[in-house]
Amino acid sequence: MSRRIVLGPFNRVEGDLELSLDLDADGRSVTAARVNSPLFRGFEQILVGRQPLDALAIVPRICGICSVAQSAAAAQALAQLAGVTPPPNGQLAQRLVQATENLADHLTHFYLFFMPDFAHPAYAGRPWHAAVAGRFRAGSGSAVGEVLPARARFFHLTGFLAGRWPHTLALQPGGSTKAMSSAERIRLLAILREFRAFLEQTLFGDALEAVLALPDADALQAWAAGRAGDLPLFLRAAADLGLERVGQAYERYLSFGAYDLLPAGIRQPGANGAFTVDRLETEKISEDIRHSWLTGPDTLPPAQGETLVDADKADAYTWCKAPRYADQPAETGALARQLLAGQPLLGDLVARHGASVTARVVARLLELALIVPQMEDWLRAIVPGEAFCLPVELPDSGEACGQVEAARGSLGHWLSVRRGHLERYQIIAPTTWNFSPRDRHDQPGPLEHALVGLPAGPDAPPTVQHVVRSFDPCMVCTVH
Amino acid sequence: MPAPTVKVLWLQGGGCGGCTQSLLCHEPRPLFAELAGAGIEFVWHPALAAESDHDALALLAACADGSQPFDVLCVEGAMLRGPGGSGRFQRLGGSGEALHSWVSRLAVRARWVLAVGSCTAWGGFSANTPGNPLEACGLQYEVDTPGGLLGADFRSAAGLPVINLAGCPVHPGWVVDTLEKLALEGLTVEELDELGRPLLYAEQLVHHGCPRNEYYEFKASAQKPADLGCLMENLGCKGTQTHADCSLRPWNGQGSCLRGGYACIACTEPGFEAPGHAFQQTPKLAGIPTGLPVDMPKAWFVALAALSKSATPKRVRENAVGDHLRVRPAIKKGQK
Repeated sequence: MSRRIVLGPFNRVEGDLELSLDLDADGRSVTAARVNSPLFRGFEQILVGRQPLDALAIVPRICGICSVAQSAAAAQALAQLAGVTPPPNGQLAQRLVQATENLADHLTHFYLFFMPDFAHPAYAGRPWHAAVAGRFRAGSGSAVGEVLPARARFFHLTGFLAGRWPHTLALQPGGSTKAMSSAERIRLLAILREFRAFLEQTLFGDALEAVLALPDADALQAWAAGRAGDLPLFLRAAADLGLERVGQAYERYLSFGAYDLLPAGIRQPGANGAFTVDRLETEKISEDIRHSWLTGPDTLPPAQGETLVDADKADAYTWCKAPRYADQPAETGALARQLLAGQPLLGDLVARHGASVTARVVARLLELALIVPQMEDWLRAIVPGEAFCLPVELPDSGEACGQVEAARGSLGHWLSVRRGHLERYQIIAPTTWNFSPRDRHDQPGPLEHALVGLPAGPDAPPTVQHVVRSFDPCMVCTVH
Repeated sequence: MPAPTVKVLWLQGGGCGGCTQSLLCHEPRPLFAELAGAGIEFVWHPALAAESDHDALALLAACADGSQPFDVLCVEGAMLRGPGGSGRFQRLGGSGEALHSWVSRLAVRARWVLAVGSCTAWGGFSANTPGNPLEACGLQYEVDTPGGLLGADFRSAAGLPVINLAGCPVHPGWVVDTLEKLALEGLTVEELDELGRPLLYAEQLVHHGCPRNEYYEFKASAQKPADLGCLMENLGCKGTQTHADCSLRPWNGQGSCLRGGYACIACTEPGFEAPGHAFQQTPKLAGIPTGLPVDMPKAWFVALAALSKSATPKRVRENAVGDHLRVRPAIKKGQK
């Protein structure tokens, strides 16, 4: 006889999360998982009827941790609607503001949300436990006092380039409202140098370029052995716990592409254990609501999507919809982005064991090493004195779509305008993909799938927690 | 002399979590060291605490029944009472109970109750959806009307109404200064404004210290995004009507909305979410902005604006409509 346990409040995530786990007859491992997003904020309704540019003030408030990504998706959709392309300075400034948020988010997640679980008393006998607990214990670990100032100083980039974080209005369809002076560029380069120093001294214990050059999983373990640094510390604990073999989902990865550097695409299992990488066809995206507290047709493409509440619906267990690509669940995030870009180390980690807790964490931190040097180049490419923002005239009617990558993965905004007002606004956020419920074919979402088989119950180690947090949940984004 | 310990319990309602994210940007000292120095510690915080699941629920239950003492209840996010009063738009995970009913039970145990952010103070975007289908409200306000979840007459154990740290998001300094004021000196009702906001940040206007001040003086106005001129006349800026010290207390080291090149949308004021006009446009009647600076008679504003526009130096007029300085201030010749 199986039994069901409910885990919640699931803290150290952004927003609200509850898990319902079916356990096997012994009550020791998970046979089925259901993910509930127990908060509904109705943001898509808030937008309907507003003037299109009002979206720029509203959508950042969807999420306090990927607020700029929401801005960027709206600005991109509105630019498409107006048929404008921001000038080079505007594009570079937008990209810098977005990258700052994405990278700060990886840092916040690693240090404040993910690592504290390794201080758990269940690991008290492990050789690494004292060092890890001293460094990462929630609120009092020694790392907190180092990462918070580094994060706050890094966000000075946003202070310069976007006024403040979160919730800026600087990202506009025509570019960015803050033109940079040459004096400011010097200051911004200094901020990047300071951030690079933190990453190299504290997070990696090595130069960014050296970390990026690690070719495969063996080289990664050899590199981590005996090295001072927070990533090496994680890798030693993760190897001891076998986390490179835990947390596989569907091996189907989706990315909208980022910074003109990481390509858009879908990577799927092919024949004989191989995989295929295909061009992303956005029209294959749909959202399914069979198991959501929403009413209407079971599945609709987002351009025709509806969000109508039915809190009493039978068989529903979450406010989150289930996005699907060609009717299949897909994982999105830093790992997906870099697999599609052909990153060799992550390709090797996934070839050996599939996506895992280790692969997802390494992917996020590698992105820090990859993007900070890019940011230095983007800053140098800005030409003070040239335009940052073009004026924009919006048509009275039309449809558009903005697709960006937030820290956690693919974020899409689909909007339509009639008679100068928003008629429809549908949002698919990364967490909606990764934390989606079952669909009309009863296919579990990626996390629901990844939890099956894990140890659970009163005496289990916090493996379920590691897997959940490896997806970096941002539940407030499941805004339907 | 070590300060007495003040224990803070934090809950998140229907919001974006941005006030916590903003708080983590506190400078110059890292947040936890700063608060610890003033004797302030968290009992539990949903984004930052170790305790999850049963351990977290047991801790919250102990706070609610009085067996775990705490001093300050901080709530972030709107109270979602719907659908049909059921609270099912937000249940506290694992408890099966509406988040707002946890807040009600905990508020009566607190010496002070802080509404962190405009969602919690007034109800936020959720409360400003047409018809308010979420039945959203603030802790002690329904948008600008006293009431809300706890009722207009609610007073915490220290005898104060809900302390409204309004802002979308809150500035980290507003939270830290308020908590430290409570810990070190307490707070009197005279130190709050008429809407329950601490005067320590709400007795200023965003206009005070605005870096675009010279453009405002001459009504040299920006016409499009990224222009350097005053944002009040055309681009929706409400800095002259908005209570907050954003232009005096920098954001993220360096910034503010106005320094970032876009308008103040009055995010510390109740109802800012539904202004009745496009956020980035200034509503006007016969060419005159309808939302005039607070304390300023309309006739005087019109007369002064006409006069100052006629006296605008060429430098200010030209720089106002570009994204970088085109005319530098002159160097005065023959000056002693």
